Amino acid sequence: MTLNWFVGTQPGGTIQEVAKRCTEQSNGEYTINVELLPTDASQQREQLVRRLGAEDSNVDLIGMDVIWTAEFANAGWLREFTGEDAERVTKDVFDSVIESASFEGKLYGAPFNTNTQLLWYRTDQVDEPPETWAEMIDEAERIGGFIQVQANRYEGFTVWVNAMIESAGTQILSGPEEVDLEEGSTTEALAMIGRLANSPAAPRDISTSNEDTARLGFEAGDSPFMLNYTFAYASAQANAPEVAKNMGAAVFPSVVKGEPGRPPLGGFNIGVSSFSEHPDEAFDAAACISSPESQLIATKLDGLPPSNETLYRDPVVRKAFPGFAKDVADSVRAAAPRPTTPAYTDLSLAIQRSLHPPDSINPDDPKPAYDKLYEAVSDAVKREGLL
Amino acid sequence: MEASGARMRLGRNRAPVSERTRSERRLGWLLCAPAVIAMLLVTAYPIGYAVVLSLQDVDLRFPEEGGFVGLDNYVAVLTSELWWTDLLNTVFIMVVTVAIELVLGMLIALVMYRAIFGRGLVRTVVLIPYGIVTVVAAFAWFYAFNPDTGFVNNLPLIGDETSWFGERFSAFAVIILAEVWKTTPFMALLLLAGLTTIDSGLYEAARVDGANAWQRFWKITLPLMKPAILVALLFRTLDAFRVFDTIFIMTRGAQDTESVSILGFSQLISRLNLGLGSAVSVLIFLCVLLIAFVFVRWFGVRMAEGRPGA
Repeated sequence: MTLNWFVGTQPGGTIQEVAKRCTEQSNGEYTINVELLPTDASQQREQLVRRLGAEDSNVDLIGMDVIWTAEFANAGWLREFTGEDAERVTKDVFDSVIESASFEGKLYGAPFNTNTQLLWYRTDQVDEPPETWAEMIDEAERIGGFIQVQANRYEGFTVWVNAMIESAGTQILSGPEEVDLEEGSTTEALAMIGRLANSPAAPRDISTSNEDTARLGFEAGDSPFMLNYTFAYASAQANAPEVAKNMGAAVFPSVVKGEPGRPPLGGFNIGVSSFSEHPDEAFDAAACISSPESQLIATKLDGLPPSNETLYRDPVVRKAFPGFAKDVADSVRAAAPRPTTPAYTDLSLAIQRSLHPPDSINPDDPKPAYDKLYEAVSDAVKREGLL
Repeated sequence: MEASGARMRLGRNRAPVSERTRSERRLGWLLCAPAVIAMLLVTAYPIGYAVVLSLQDVDLRFPEEGGFVGLDNYVAVLTSELWWTDLLNTVFIMVVTVAIELVLGMLIALVMYRAIFGRGLVRTVVLIPYGIVTVVAAFAWFYAFNPDTGFVNNLPLIGDETSWFGERFSAFAVIILAEVWKTTPFMALLLLAGLTTIDSGLYEAARVDGANAWQRFWKITLPLMKPAILVALLFRTLDAFRVFDTIFIMTRGAQDTESVSILGFSQLISRLNLGLGSAVSVLIFLCVLLIAFVFVRWFGVRMAEGRPGA
């Protein structure tokens, strides 16, 4: 019997390898057929929701970005993990990751890999990694280099904005439809985004930057700082060994001195479709795909951080993240997931529309940007208006 | 349309049609019935369904909610600043691209018409851009202008650090350039078809009368090509109004370069808000109808006047 696993492709071949391993392990109970989706998460979602919206029984297993859980679960597209199924897939998993696979207290995904952004810095230009964004911008301006972030009008910008707001000590939503955005802290976070975007430390292409332009900018050598996922290290090693030699990692800086930075949380969980005709086998397969052995395959082949806390002492992880395995684990532990709401897409579009381009935020007077954001977010959670 | 209508009215005034004519007409209807039914299935049904959806609150993510909401979705769209900004963007792109394409297309058509040697080769080469898939062409231009991968910033007179997609008007410029590059051949081809219908005797007569090349172009070529030019303009205007691929690849609508089609896409495909998205689609459809109506109704009359002997 064949289970179809719809999942975004990974360049290192993780998906095929994991599917092969689990098929072999099942002793003929099932065969996992991989249906690859594009690399871009928004495009993956566009393809998936069309199938799920049409109740396509061909979909058995879903590689779910952490932000889709609430939307898919609320629409009735996912089966809940209960009892033993839930227990075996959450054992030793980071709390922040379990939260990202849950909606209204129920578990809808088996945590596969997680991901988080670290502060990458140049050890030959910077003595100590900065603790706050203000210090980092000062330092970059002094050096005359850039800080690489993701601020194109896409999901990555929402990731950054959410991390900044959380690092300032507040949150975007306090419930699926309740807007929080405490004014003092939010304006502080927005002012910092505006300050960077209007500073000489902002790369020229900041309003079109993404993960890839950030790493290219850092590899070019004129950026002492970069906020980016763990793939950036392996990439620098391959493309710019001189830069990689002097590459240090630290946890996401904070916005308010003395408060902890709240790094972004990414990663994929494995969901079981409501329309699958083989749910029992699918739950078994989800458990196998998310098992520690499979997570280590993802780390080894694609440098993806495991969602299992205990694996960070494993030699495979230490080899993939030489000298910074602990930073990755600390970062995942401290991470602030993006808001959980069935209207997540509306929310993210509203954030992008109201704050992009980042240099439109006046660092000395962030109130207008705050008002715009508050109004857009309030409409978005109610799914009102055009976006 | 006008002409056939007039003929039908004429027919009704005449004596009753014979049995034979009537059965021929019936056969005619029967013969085109399959095509009409297919057209209804693939166009009328989806359009009708979109209209029905646009009057409802339907969101795929909230299957339990919803219901008939009357014109609420249209009110939401038409009172939104975003719709009007995007409509303006779309009209701007449409007018600029079609104007440039008309001039360039006319020049290329004249070159193709006059080419003495290698006529087939010239025509084939000119058509290549039109043969390339729009998304592929958009990616090619996107990478060319991308500061990280592109060659454009290495050209003389262009700043090495120019972030083309980082500002509104430079982004518009690249989008329009890509659109013009892609569809000028189509315009040129339609114009060439118009050129070939002109009787060369007219030029000879004009030459005998002492008209120079410029006069021949304005007094003979242009007036006689009017029907072809209008058809080419109509096709391209309708096409340009629905611009999607190039913008989607280059900016995804960022820096205020969004077109109405991208707006519809965001509501329908990203948000899965079928009600709101269908309202946007229906409004786009009405805009397209309006453009077609203006062309056929206003310019169409002149099209008939321009034809010799009409």
